[in-house]
Amino acid sequence: MSNYSLSVSATIEPSATASELGTFLERLHGWVVTVDHKRLGILYILYSTFFLLIAGAEALLIRLQLAYPHNHVLSAQVYNRFFTMHGTTMVFLVGMPFLFGFANYIVPLQIGARDMAFPRLNAFSFWLTAFGGLLLYYSFLGGAGLYGVGNAPDVGWFAYAPLTERSFSPGHATDYWALALIVSGFGTLGTAINIIATVISMRCKGMTLMRMPLFTWLLLIVSMLTLVTITPLTAAQFMLLIDRYLGGHFFDTQAGGSSLIWIHFFWIFGHPEVYVLVLPAFAIANEIIPVFSRKAIFGYPAMVSASVAIMFVSLGVWAHHMFTVGMTSVSNAFFTLSTMMVGVPTGIKIFNWIATLWGGRIRFTTPMLFCIGFLFQFLISGLTGIMLSVSPWDWQLHNSYFVIAHFHYVLVGAIVFCIFAAIYYWYPKATGRLMDETLGRWHFWLFVIGFHITFDTMHFLGLLGMPRSIYTYQPDRGWNLLNLVVSIGGLIQGIAVLIFAYNFIVSYWRGKVAGDDPWDAWTLEWATSSPPPVYNFEELPEVHSRRPLWDLKHPDDPDWEYES
Amino acid sequence: MSSVPINHPGHTIEWHLPSKRRVGMSALITGESAIFTIFVAAYVFYMGKSLTGPTPQQILEVPIVGTICLLLSSLAIYRAEKAIEEERMASFTLWLAATITLGAVFLIETTLEWKKLIYQDGLTISTNLFGTTFYSLVGLHATHVVVGLFLLSATFVFSLFGWVDSRQSERFGVIALYWHFVDAVWIVVFTVVYLIGR
Repeated sequence: MSNYSLSVSATIEPSATASELGTFLERLHGWVVTVDHKRLGILYILYSTFFLLIAGAEALLIRLQLAYPHNHVLSAQVYNRFFTMHGTTMVFLVGMPFLFGFANYIVPLQIGARDMAFPRLNAFSFWLTAFGGLLLYYSFLGGAGLYGVGNAPDVGWFAYAPLTERSFSPGHATDYWALALIVSGFGTLGTAINIIATVISMRCKGMTLMRMPLFTWLLLIVSMLTLVTITPLTAAQFMLLIDRYLGGHFFDTQAGGSSLIWIHFFWIFGHPEVYVLVLPAFAIANEIIPVFSRKAIFGYPAMVSASVAIMFVSLGVWAHHMFTVGMTSVSNAFFTLSTMMVGVPTGIKIFNWIATLWGGRIRFTTPMLFCIGFLFQFLISGLTGIMLSVSPWDWQLHNSYFVIAHFHYVLVGAIVFCIFAAIYYWYPKATGRLMDETLGRWHFWLFVIGFHITFDTMHFLGLLGMPRSIYTYQPDRGWNLLNLVVSIGGLIQGIAVLIFAYNFIVSYWRGKVAGDDPWDAWTLEWATSSPPPVYNFEELPEVHSRRPLWDLKHPDDPDWEYES
Repeated sequence: MSSVPINHPGHTIEWHLPSKRRVGMSALITGESAIFTIFVAAYVFYMGKSLTGPTPQQILEVPIVGTICLLLSSLAIYRAEKAIEEERMASFTLWLAATITLGAVFLIETTLEWKKLIYQDGLTISTNLFGTTFYSLVGLHATHVVVGLFLLSATFVFSLFGWVDSRQSERFGVIALYWHFVDAVWIVVFTVVYLIGR
């Protein structure tokens, strides 16, 4: 793999950053005041890994409570707080920071830039996000505004009105929910603006839009979607705070306010948010699947246009979360059809990934295993999504465990799988060392088995009529065995994640030294040293095709001869 | 890395990218538009749904002077933009001062309007749905005017000290872009609140 040399890594001292190590306090200070996109990317990843473990622990406690009927691990009140915090944490403090962490680290490297467009805004956005997370969790300590009304938010991650109004949620718990998400929302907005400006205005010479790596393309699309996705939630949360603190009536049903409009506002945010989370997963698969199939991605222009199509269509599907609130049949039909339409560009993507695998010399490394798991599970979750988009079917199964199973299939089966794949794939770039493959395989197999035990079974619980958000159930409903199975699967996933955490930490010191390009990949981040120097590239690169490193490694058969 | 690939035909590609500041501000404006859209949607949704008075028909007056001033300020800042690009600094400072004055007149009229609504007509944010949606939407816009005036005033002070010249024209263009957005939003708010909703 190393029979070629790159000017950039030959001339740069790889340990340039390591030699500047000072005392612990100096190093800590360096991390706090940093504006380097790579360091901020790592901070994002560490932050979201930390919250992944916390929200995962919450999920395990929820499953422990539900393992047997009439269980007493958690009280009803604590259970409500836990499922609220689990959902809120996973979406806002795990999913989004993970994707922005990868975007921060990878996008400037892939487009051959030295940093993001606005490095200080970048640092500001990260610390806002971090503060939002701490604020949310501080509610466990400081949220009890009134004696006996509880501390952490317990209104569900969608916080339906009028439950969130002062009369029904006294104390400060709901305020923590709204304020924490407003703060982290501003951080998200800042990062989205930054990524857009970076991708549009910082590309290296020759990197036209149609030569951009698909990862960068999709992150650009995600950021554009984020601009119009996170802001409606911020607006609605401001309205909620106006209601709670200034005596406004936006969602006050006693004064003519409407709870329905909150549901609309929330899902105008909430549904595109799903695509904000899943498009980066596609982005990761777009990088990993071709590299380990040893083929260029199949249908690059189709991939780009399918992603753009998803961005637009996803803005018009939100009310499929609301079939049971009693909309007109025209609305029901519209949102059923628009939801089904999302399946078209998504299907194009699935076919393209399979076509990329087809005839390739597949290398089953850990990142590739996770991506193949993603392909399979994302297909299933897409199919249950089509089922739920049919409004009569949704009337039957709304708010049941079938819905829970469906969206966990997306959020865990697709997004978390791709996040793990991305960590295994880019870890050597960020640390200079590979993560252990054996432990990686253990992690993958335990996780995939635990995942299917948990979430396949949940579909049946939903079909048997088990509703979501209940803290316990009667023993005679026929749900006992299935619930126990779901909980056991959760435990297996928990063990897998602990193996991952061990691997993640220990490989930093004991991992195999990776070199600049351990996977023999083709995008620019692999052209610089591992870890990259502060300035990324000594000389800014110039590209002539979608796979600049392929051109470099194969001067006799470069890509730019084939791409128009 | 500039040697990738070495034997590519036809070197020296023309390479121009848009200004990152303009792109960033346009992105911010897109996000802000979504916030305003939600507040406008809430205003329209709750039109005429207040359970108690006062209603907009009874108490709202059309703020003609302020609206004209705010729209004129867009013209003034456009002249300031042209002036800084062409290095006519005295003219720039003058047009900038005009922009700030026009924006301030708008704010003063809003203040007087709110004073009348609160003290004479007894409409506060908690009176009824009209009060809640009206003060939120108009207040959100006024907040943006205040932020814009802060940016413009800072630039004005800098230009009095002679610290601004045509090298800053791109940065000033970004502030101007924001100011145009604030004006454009007012056209929507004005139409919804004072023309349709009254």
